[in-house]
Amino acid sequence: MKSTLFNMVAVLFTITLIASAGVGAVNMLTEDAIAEAKALATKEAVANVLPAFDNNEQSEQMIDDMPIKVYKAVKGNDVVGYAVESMTKNGFGGVIRLMVGFSPEGEILNVNVLEQAETPGLGTKMCDEGNALLSSIKGKNSGDVEFKVKKDGGELDALTAATISSRAYYDAVARAREAYWVACGGKASADGVSGATSTNKGSDAQKGGENE
Amino acid sequence: MANKFFVAPSPHVHSAQSTQSLMRDVLIALLPALAVSVWVYGLNVLLVTAVAVISCVLFEFLIQKYLIKGPGTIYNLSAVVTGVLLAFNLPSNIPWWIIVIGAAVAIGVAKMTFGGLGHNPFNPALVGRVFLLIAYPVQMTSFPQPTSNQFVDAFSGATPLAAVKANLVEVGDINLLNMLSGMMPGSLGEIASLALIVGGLYMLWRKVITWHIPVAVLGSMALFAAVVAFMKGGGSLFYELPAFHLMAGGALLGAIFMATDYVTSPMTHKGMLIYGVGIGVITMIIRLWGAYPEGMSFAILFMNSVTPLINKYVKPKRFGLISGK
Amino acid sequence: MPRKEAKMNKMQIVLSGILKNNPTFVLVLGMCPTLGTTTSAINGMGMGVATMAVLIMSNLVISLIKNFIPDKVRIPAFIVVIASFVTIIQMLMQAYVPSLYAALGVFIPLIVVNCIILGRAEAFASKNGPIDSILDGVGIGLGFTLALTAIGAVREVLGSGAIFGYSLGIADYMPLVFVLAPGAFFVLGYMMVLFNKLAKK
Repeated sequence: MKSTLFNMVAVLFTITLIASAGVGAVNMLTEDAIAEAKALATKEAVANVLPAFDNNEQSEQMIDDMPIKVYKAVKGNDVVGYAVESMTKNGFGGVIRLMVGFSPEGEILNVNVLEQAETPGLGTKMCDEGNALLSSIKGKNSGDVEFKVKKDGGELDALTAATISSRAYYDAVARAREAYWVACGGKASADGVSGATSTNKGSDAQKGGENE
Repeated sequence: MANKFFVAPSPHVHSAQSTQSLMRDVLIALLPALAVSVWVYGLNVLLVTAVAVISCVLFEFLIQKYLIKGPGTIYNLSAVVTGVLLAFNLPSNIPWWIIVIGAAVAIGVAKMTFGGLGHNPFNPALVGRVFLLIAYPVQMTSFPQPTSNQFVDAFSGATPLAAVKANLVEVGDINLLNMLSGMMPGSLGEIASLALIVGGLYMLWRKVITWHIPVAVLGSMALFAAVVAFMKGGGSLFYELPAFHLMAGGALLGAIFMATDYVTSPMTHKGMLIYGVGIGVITMIIRLWGAYPEGMSFAILFMNSVTPLINKYVKPKRFGLISGK
Repeated sequence: MPRKEAKMNKMQIVLSGILKNNPTFVLVLGMCPTLGTTTSAINGMGMGVATMAVLIMSNLVISLIKNFIPDKVRIPAFIVVIASFVTIIQMLMQAYVPSLYAALGVFIPLIVVNCIILGRAEAFASKNGPIDSILDGVGIGLGFTLALTAIGAVREVLGSGAIFGYSLGIADYMPLVFVLAPGAFFVLGYMMVLFNKLAKK
């Protein structure tokens, strides 16, 4: 076909029209499936760190300028736990996102790494089952833990040769605990003032570590 | 047919020096550092060095004979030097099979793939080291303690650079005399600062190397460290920080033995200075702001890749040519 | 080249894409997804199949409409067609294979700028009939998929001691570097040498 202005405009217009109609149609077909897949992924991530539940309520907070999502899991009329989707920007490869499960009493049930870009073989070990980071906080009451690795004078284990990743991991867990306390409101104060002070200490230590 | 006019690999030096005698001098220059390492870490050091040398020579021989099918090159001792330098870049407690893999990469990938000695764009021993560092990060960064350790006891296996990077210790608290003698955790050949300097002086005396590259590397590192110390407030840090950075990690080993490799460094003196300053500055940037505690090997490999460019723009003066200016 | 290809029979068109004109090892096209996604055999295969799907459909459509497209706007027209198919594939993957979609991530939308697809549209589909164009898409697509799967498998075995996700129990001894970016270059380089040496025989 000749490259006259009319031809070019008409052909391009027609092609774009058909193409956008096609894309639009597929979008309509897959929209629900995509939303479902996303919801399923979130639900699985929450279920991973909490005992069985019927449904969950979602809320969001901003802590240190980072959006932290809290999923309150309910079974029947009882709250069975809180899953907190927390993050940190201090990872060796930038952002790390975790899902931390708390029991209503404040026990750390499980931690699941959702997203990380750490060094393979070193920092990525945080995703493995039973790694040093998870096993040193799993089952502990979050109010009693000071999120500090041994190298910084704390009591928690770090991954071999991945101190920065380990610090970041605990930083994210500490932030999850903060969000958890805000979310369960009264209970945090019931747990005692000591818990609240230890958060401050924890986050101060983190900041100190960054600045040095 | 082309082999009739076979040109020996560079350096094309017209003197009593042959590749073999040059390499022999390099090996002699490396002996003091090896001796100190044995004193600090024990006989294991000799085992690591032996495995590295034997596997490097073996790979060179096999590849030369069965893949390249050219004349044998193992007698020029360059594979032996690569083996020793590779061993010098490893912790003394590294498993033997990792050394063999390192040797295979150093000789097979970094050297023979490009056609053997004289054609390799990157320093083979360093390619082997960096490959291992990325491939086996845990084994490559867990160093044994010196047998009679005077350095910080509390941090097993962290090199001074790693300890400073992780904020475990202040530069001012480190015993610089121990660093000079070699009493610190590190790769087996990089710790003995004094012995490396002695080796460097021997090579200078034998005219194996010129002063340009080591001085440019170390000078720019010291200057960089001094400026940083000045910005941090000076005081005693003003001489401690440069001294620390010159003796820590692979600075001396890299500046004296690795960066001066003929094949991968520029040909002219002016080019060598540019190349050396580049290595020094990049090393300091990685050490201070990078992810790794040590940047010497990355810096040298990076400047290796710039060497052809330097050679192109910093040409030696030709005889009989009147300057255009 | 295209005139010669037009004379080939159907089987030769497919085979040429796999061997003589292998997009990865011979034409050296589409290096960005090749290096970026081949951290495991499955990822490489997924990328290859997604690219093949886009390639077959875009080849078909372009060969059908080639006579209606004015010469001066053919590139924008091709890009619109290719981009639509990529978007469709992306949405389908997101909906039905979300895990693979998560693994391939940013490389799926980047299929649009994969030079293999525009290259085949220009060099083959715009000069040949629909059947031949589909076969060319199948051939080149298979060549790309096989190459990516092979690179992915080698990197997976060397880097993480597994193949197609099945651990071989040797992970602790394998050099990690092969699942990282530098490893991609090592493996691609040596496989290219090997492929061309074997293909010459």
